[in-house]
Amino acid sequence: MAADPIHQFEIKKIATLGEIGGVEIAFTNSAAFMIAAVIFTAGGLVLATAGRSLVPGRVQSVAEITYEFVADMVRSATGDEGMRKFFPLVFSLFSFILVLNMFGMIPGLFTVTSHIVITAVLALLVFFTVIGVGLYKHGFRFFRLFVPSGIPIVIMPLIVAIEVMSFLSRPISHSVRLFANMLAGHITLKVFASFIVMLGGLGAVGWAGAILPLGLTTALIALEFLVAFLQAYVFAILTCIYLNDALHPGH
Amino acid sequence: MTSAAYAQSKTGTEVPGGAAKAPFPPFNQDTFGSQLFWLVICFVVLYVLLSRWALPRLASIFAARQGRVEGDLEAAKRLTAESEAAIEAYEKALADARAKAQAIAGETRAEFSAKSDETKRRLEAELAAKLSEAERQIETTKKSAMANVRGIAADAAGEIVKRLIGEAPTKQSLERAVDTALH
Repeated sequence: MAADPIHQFEIKKIATLGEIGGVEIAFTNSAAFMIAAVIFTAGGLVLATAGRSLVPGRVQSVAEITYEFVADMVRSATGDEGMRKFFPLVFSLFSFILVLNMFGMIPGLFTVTSHIVITAVLALLVFFTVIGVGLYKHGFRFFRLFVPSGIPIVIMPLIVAIEVMSFLSRPISHSVRLFANMLAGHITLKVFASFIVMLGGLGAVGWAGAILPLGLTTALIALEFLVAFLQAYVFAILTCIYLNDALHPGH
Repeated sequence: MTSAAYAQSKTGTEVPGGAAKAPFPPFNQDTFGSQLFWLVICFVVLYVLLSRWALPRLASIFAARQGRVEGDLEAAKRLTAESEAAIEAYEKALADARAKAQAIAGETRAEFSAKSDETKRRLEAELAAKLSEAERQIETTKKSAMANVRGIAADAAGEIVKRLIGEAPTKQSLERAVDTALH
C-alpha cells in the first residue's frame, strides 16, 4: 500500500460532522492542512511584523519581501486601481496556494492543492470576481472585452466566438494547471522513490542500481520545490491578468 | 476510519463486493462536500485575517519607513541649505574684512605719503633758505676779504716801493696802482 503512488492523495476522514443537503461533511486531513495553512500564513505574517521594526529583522524581512513581491505583481498587471481593490485577494490566493504546496513538499504530509475541486473553486472565485467587478464597474461595456478593436467586420463573429470561448475556458486551464502540476509531480516523485526501495531489496547489485533513481529523486525534489513556488506564482499572476480585464475591458 | 473505508462506504453501493476499487482520489466526489466546506471557511478566514490585520500592518510599516526616510531627507536638505548659507555669510564677512583692511591700508599709505611729502617740502625749503643765507654770507665775507686784500696790497705795495726807492709813494698813486692791478 505504501508504494502505491496514488495513496498519498487519499482524503482521510478524521471525524464526521454532519450533512448539508444530503452531502456528508467531515473533518479530514485536507481540512487540517487548510486550517494549518491559514494559521501559518496569517499567524506568521502577524508575528513577523509584531515588532513593527523600522529596520526589519530576518522574519520581518521575509514578510516584507513577500508583500513587495505580490504588490509589484498586482501593480504591474492591474495598475494602482487594481492594487487598491484586489491586492488582499491576490495575496491571499498566492500565500494560501504557496503554503499548501510547500506543506505538500514535506515528506508524509498531504497536498491540498493536488485536488481538482480545491483549485477549481479558487479559479472560479477569480472568474466570477472578474465578471462581477467588470459588470459592476463597466455595465454592458464590459462585453467589449470580447470585441477587439481594429478587426474587419467580416471576421468579427468568428473573433468574438473565439474570445468568448477563451474567456470561458480560463477557469479550466487556471485550475487544471495547478492541480495537474501538483498531482503529477508528487506521483513522479513517489514512483522514482519507490524504485530505490525496490532495487534496494535486491541485494548488492540492486544497491548499486538504486543510485540512479536516488539521484533522479533528489533532482526531482529540487524541481518540485521550484514547481511548488512557480505554480503559486503562475496562479497569482494569471489572477492579476484576468482581474485587469475587469478593470480595463477594452483591448 | 481509514481512507479505504471512506471510499468503500460510498462506492460499495455501485460496485458490489468487498473488493471494490477506490476511485482516483482527486475525482472521488464523495470528498468534494467536505473539501468545499473547509476550503470556503479557510479561505474566507484567511482573506479576512490578511486584509483586515496582517496586510494593513505591513502597509503601515512601509508607510512609516517611507515617512521616516522622507523626513530624514528633508532634514538633510535643510541642514545642507543652512550650512551653505553659513559658508556664504562667512565668505561675505571675509571679503568685507579684506576690503576694509585694504581701505585702511590705502588710507594709511596716503596719509603717510602726504606727511612725508610735507616734511620733505619743509626740509627742502629750510635747506634752500640756509643755502641762500650761506651764499650771502660767503658773498659778504668775500667782499670784506677783498676789501681787506686791497688794504693789505696797498700797504704791501707802499712798503715795497719805499724799500726800493727809499721814498713812500703818495697814497693816491698807490691806490690807483692797486686798483689797476686788482681789476
